Amino acid sequence: MNWLRREEWPWWQAGLLLGLLNMAVFYTANYYLSASTTFSRAAGMLMGIFAPDHVAANAYWQQVKPIVDWQFMLILGVPIGAYIAARLSPRAVKFTAELPRTWVDRFGDNSARRWGVGVLGGIFVGFGARLADGCTSGHALSGGLQLAVSSWIFLAAMMLSGMTMARFIFRRA
Amino acid sequence: MGPLEITGTARLVLGFVTGILFGFILQKAQVTKYDKIVAFFALKDLTVLKVMLAAILSGMVGVYFLHGIDLVNLHIKPTLLGANILGGLIFGVGMLLLGFCPGTCVAAVGEGKLDGLFRGIVGILIGAALYSEVYPLIQNNFLKMGDYGKLTVPTLLDMNPWLVIVPVVIILGGSLVWLDHKGL
Repeated sequence: MNWLRREEWPWWQAGLLLGLLNMAVFYTANYYLSASTTFSRAAGMLMGIFAPDHVAANAYWQQVKPIVDWQFMLILGVPIGAYIAARLSPRAVKFTAELPRTWVDRFGDNSARRWGVGVLGGIFVGFGARLADGCTSGHALSGGLQLAVSSWIFLAAMMLSGMTMARFIFRRA
Repeated sequence: MGPLEITGTARLVLGFVTGILFGFILQKAQVTKYDKIVAFFALKDLTVLKVMLAAILSGMVGVYFLHGIDLVNLHIKPTLLGANILGGLIFGVGMLLLGFCPGTCVAAVGEGKLDGLFRGIVGILIGAALYSEVYPLIQNNFLKMGDYGKLTVPTLLDMNPWLVIVPVVIILGGSLVWLDHKGL
C-alpha cells in the first residue's frame, strides 16, 4: 500500500493505468474517457436558469442536451479521486487560491492579471474543445489510441500552437 | 458479444466511480499542475507528454485487442479538417494561458488548487456557451470543410490495424524511453 501513498507515480505506470482505465470504459460504458462535453451541458443548465427558451431553441444544445449523463458524473468524480490521491500523499492537502509558481516568476503576483489571462485561456479551451469536438481526454487520449485521424490532427495542432505561444511568453523564464 | 454497456442509474454510478479513478491517476501522475503543463509546452519537463503518450500506446494495444475479440466498439470522431485544426490551435493557446485542460483543471481543484476552479472552470463554461451560440452560424459551412467522416490511420492506409499499431508502439515507445534517458 506504500505505492498508493507515493507522491508521484512514474510516467509509464500512470500512463499504463490510464490505458487500462480506458479499456474498462470502452467495455463497461461502451464509451471512452472524455471530459469537455460536460462543460457544454453544464453551461446549458446554467443559461437555462435565465433563458430556458433560448437554450431549448439552440441547435447545439438540442444535440448536446443539458442533462446529467455518464460523463457528467465522471467529471464530478474526478476532483474526489484527485483529493483522495493527494490526501494519501506525504504532503498535506491545502486548499489555496495561491497563484502557480511559474506564473508568479514570470508575471508577478497581481491577481487581476491572472484572472484576466486565466479566464481568457479558459474561454479558448472551452471554445476550442467544442469546435474540435474533443479535448485532451476525448481527442488526444481516447481518439489517439483508436488511431483516429481527427484526433492526431487535433493533438498536432494543439501542441503546435501551445509550444509557439510558450516560446513567446516564457522565452526568458 | 460486444461491450457490457451498463445503462440506467447504474451507468451514472459507473461514471462517478470511473471519474474517481481517473482523478486519482491524474493526481498521482502529477499532471494536475499549472507548472507541469506550462513546462511541457516550454519543452522543459515532458512529464505531461510522456504520461499522455504512454496512456495512448497502452490503450491502443488494449482497445484494439478487445475490439479484435469483439468485446468493445470503436468510437471514432469524424475528421473535419477545418474544425479539428482550428479547434486544436485555439485549444493549445488556451491550455497554455490557463495552464490546465478541462480534465486536469477539475482534478486540480481536488488537489487544493483553486486557481483552476476560479479561472479555469469559469472560463471553460463561458467558452462552451459561446460555442453553442456560434454553432448555428457555422454548422452548414465551416464545419463541413474537409469532412472525411470517421477515418482512422489503418482505414486511410487500407491496412490491418496491427500493421500500424506495432510500428507506432515501437517508434513512439522507443522515443519515450529515449526522452526519459535524456532526463526530459
